[in-house]
Amino acid sequence: MSYNGGAVLAMKGKKCVAIAADKRFGIQAQTLALDFQKIFEMGPHLYVGLPGLATDTQTVHERLKFRLNLYELKESRHIHPKTFGNMVSNMLYEKRFGPYFVEPVIAGLDPKTFEPYVCSMDLIGCINEPEDFVVAGTCTEQLYGVCEALWEPDLEPDDLFETISQALTNALDRDPISGWGAVVHIIEKDKITTKTLKTRMD
Amino acid sequence: MASVLVQECERPGFSFENCQRNAFLASKGFPVPKAVKTGTTIAGIICKDGVILGADTRATEHTTVADKNCAKIHYIAPNIYCCGAGTAADTEKTCSLIASQLELHHLNTGRVVRVVTANNMFSQMLFRYQGYIGAALVLGGVDNTGPHLYCIFPHGSSDQLPYATMGSGSLAAMAVFETQWKPNMTEEEGKQLVNDAIQAGIYNDLGSGSNVNICVIRKGSVDYIRPYGDINAKGKRQGSYHYKRGTTAVLSSKTVDIEDVSVHTVEPVESMDTSA
Amino acid sequence: MALYTVADYRTNVGAKTVPFIPYDDNGGSLVAVAGDDFALLASDTRLSTGFSIYTREQSKLFRLSDTTVLGCAGCWCDALTLARILEARMQMYLHEHQRPMSTPAVAQMLSTLLYYKRFFPYYVANLLAGLDEEGKGCVYSYDPVGSYERVHYKASGSAGALLLPFLDNQIGYNNMENVTPEPVGIPKAMQILKDAFISAAERDIYTGDSIFINIITKDGIQEEKFALRRD
Repeated sequence: MSYNGGAVLAMKGKKCVAIAADKRFGIQAQTLALDFQKIFEMGPHLYVGLPGLATDTQTVHERLKFRLNLYELKESRHIHPKTFGNMVSNMLYEKRFGPYFVEPVIAGLDPKTFEPYVCSMDLIGCINEPEDFVVAGTCTEQLYGVCEALWEPDLEPDDLFETISQALTNALDRDPISGWGAVVHIIEKDKITTKTLKTRMD
Repeated sequence: MASVLVQECERPGFSFENCQRNAFLASKGFPVPKAVKTGTTIAGIICKDGVILGADTRATEHTTVADKNCAKIHYIAPNIYCCGAGTAADTEKTCSLIASQLELHHLNTGRVVRVVTANNMFSQMLFRYQGYIGAALVLGGVDNTGPHLYCIFPHGSSDQLPYATMGSGSLAAMAVFETQWKPNMTEEEGKQLVNDAIQAGIYNDLGSGSNVNICVIRKGSVDYIRPYGDINAKGKRQGSYHYKRGTTAVLSSKTVDIEDVSVHTVEPVESMDTSA
Repeated sequence: MALYTVADYRTNVGAKTVPFIPYDDNGGSLVAVAGDDFALLASDTRLSTGFSIYTREQSKLFRLSDTTVLGCAGCWCDALTLARILEARMQMYLHEHQRPMSTPAVAQMLSTLLYYKRFFPYYVANLLAGLDEEGKGCVYSYDPVGSYERVHYKASGSAGALLLPFLDNQIGYNNMENVTPEPVGIPKAMQILKDAFISAAERDIYTGDSIFINIITKDGIQEEKFALRRD
């Protein structure tokens, strides 16, 4: 999990969810790129973050996209984030004895009611669905610490952005193999706002 | 056979395609990361009218708490539930796998499934995987032969017991059972006893924490109480850390409107016949 | 195959060497904050080993003088020994020089004591807080073998990683725009410190029960206790 580094965080707000990640791609202590994508759009209101081993980030994303396309063709409707979570979980548990090194984070809105939903998983697909926020990657301890202190219920989209950004940037500063830029997606019923953050670059 | 599609339609069962790569990574000093373990207190007793199962709600990853309110009492059949300790994903998936097999068994036989059947299926499956599926279970249920409680270990051995505990807090919980359990307890006494046992684990075992979940199985009815009693709420913060908007430095911002939020409802042509 | 299995078993049979493990991790977290004319040092009061709790009422703070307090978390026997040696050395200093040791002097001596055991270190996370010769608050943070620096605030111990980014943000004003950093006063520092511990107790299994806070000012050292979750 600490070969390439990276961190993902998702939070629930009032009728919105936010998902954020750093942008570093490195090999152990050596940073190679500053624009590595760890969060992927899987639907109009559905995003998945895949921190972990970079090769698996991309492989798992491709495979999920494939399975999601089959689902949408078969059902001709958008997937519910919870259903998507179970899909990811089942895919990961299939490889119980030779897992992908990714800890997925899912953030989305219910396609019908637009209820916020976040969940995270360990690398073999054990789902964790809390009421507040989920974290994954190489600086989970730091993220847990700040999020427990900063998060509060029913944050408006703009306030949720400040809280998730402050939580992420301050946690990244205390992890040597994450950081080098960050991206935040705020998912609302009628729009998606994507912001890139100014962070320390060392 | 070698087409991309065929490869994606994978065969049932576990896939071992990453094993060689992961072993190579391990040899280079990057061992397989640890999965979420549930350092747990789970317990169950047989009382006068049925079975009472209990569990705490903490899931840990090394020494940090990954989930503060997880459900460790899993559904197996309408009359059978199962508490899981060990590797969280293993207990979850093993339980749902056996639950699905028992549902088919129920549809095939048209009878209420027996707890002993579930016990056999669990222990046979776990034995087949030689302990590599790290699931330690307390299985309880009521069938037409009465209430039953089983303790199943990750290697596939199982005990039938009047009261059982598992997980890292099993000693704390068992200490309560050994001093207070007696045959033919009423449901209310039983719930109190299981609650005390789980609380003993929550407070005295660091791997267990948060709330108590209790599941009461009687002949013909089930009560899943989540949470049971007072919850271990988060400490009250002294201040609020609300940021003024514009506190975070933003490099770029892009907003994409979602215009067509079309919702298709697919009406089933004919509902599946699931009557027994 | 069966033969191989038997052979495998035989290689595992025989006397095992019992490894010498002189260390235990008894957990515990520390937070220290230095202000203009005060210093705060807090520790949680849970002493544990593995998955079990020894006691819920063990402060990890050692009052070395009227202006200096040491916080030790980690291997508790090492913490006790280290604190005992420090106290003895400070007594010797007092008798030799007719005045108590200043906090920066204690800080230097602690570093020397730690490095003295370079190849069999004390397994402890140390934080030293107090007032310096000018009456300003000071905090010194250490690694187990004596590397140290003077800082404004610091968290260490089992929940160090959970506590520190929050302090960076709220006391260090990191990553914040359009905010004027202002020196933190006692009430604000106490609030941040307590909230940091509340958050850490949620997620670190070795941190909990309560915290014990020492408030060091020129008027002496005040003590305060604050309850945390106990599970």
